Amino acid sequence: MQAGLGKNYFELFEIPVDFQVDLGRLSLRYRDLQRRIHPDRFVNATDQERRLSMQMTARVNEAYQSLKDPLQRGCYMLGLRGIDINAETDTVMDPEFLMEQMALRETLDAVRGSDNPGERIVTLANDVTRLLDKNIASLEVALAEEGEEALKRARNLVREMQFLSKLQREVEELEEELG
Amino acid sequence: MAYSDKVLDHYEHPRNVGSFDKEDASIGTGMVGAPACGDVMKLQIRVSEDGIIEDARFKTYGCGSAIASSSLVTEWVKGKTLDEAAEIKNTQIAEELALPPVKIHCSVLAEDAIKAAVTNIREKRGEISGSEGAA
Repeated sequence: MQAGLGKNYFELFEIPVDFQVDLGRLSLRYRDLQRRIHPDRFVNATDQERRLSMQMTARVNEAYQSLKDPLQRGCYMLGLRGIDINAETDTVMDPEFLMEQMALRETLDAVRGSDNPGERIVTLANDVTRLLDKNIASLEVALAEEGEEALKRARNLVREMQFLSKLQREVEELEEELG
Repeated sequence: MAYSDKVLDHYEHPRNVGSFDKEDASIGTGMVGAPACGDVMKLQIRVSEDGIIEDARFKTYGCGSAIASSSLVTEWVKGKTLDEAAEIKNTQIAEELALPPVKIHCSVLAEDAIKAAVTNIREKRGEISGSEGAA
């Protein structure tokens, strides 16, 4: 059990370090790992083993959350290659992309007051999903390539996905509200 | 987290919200974003022929601190020269609004937005080339 704490998330789940993840296999491995390290199994073990079981459970949960979501998986994979996604001093993005983000948020703002908010929010949700899917597909290509240029491209795609994913959450919130 | 009175004031009564025509020769536009929180900020300045900022507008999608930071900057830059506006530091914004450490990045965003707007108008005025401004 000790060995697991030093492994990266992919190694922990015994899957290849690849952006393309078999989600079915991931969730099977997750349940299997959870079962093996669950603190309930260590009730009569030593203090050290109990502590380790709790640490491992936390790490396995963290790893699962990171690997199952494309955005978090992308961030994590770039982190493994030493790339920082969220330098707070780095606010420079493609102006065209930011303009589009601004326009999408304006569209979201206008949904509530429109004649057919239910229809509009679905259209917007589909647009945002399409944009995210496009980035996910490009990210898969960029992360499979070698070299600085591909890495830069991957970083930028993940940064864009952060905006889109925030927007998606806001769209979903309004969707729920509108029922 | 509690916002300072000044942040709340700008948040509840934002100054200079809106847009100018970004194609206009006298308008400088700065677009910046913070991936970590998904904030998007647009800051625009209208500049007279002798390089004085006559008016400013902003539009920000983000938290209260980001809105307050950009609102404050639009107030500050009016009447300033482009050089003076480009010298605004995020620390001044953070101090004026009493931003807590976790919100300092909002003031960075506003500083970068005004710098980007100044760069944009300088490109339009032919004072710098496009490649220089991209930095």
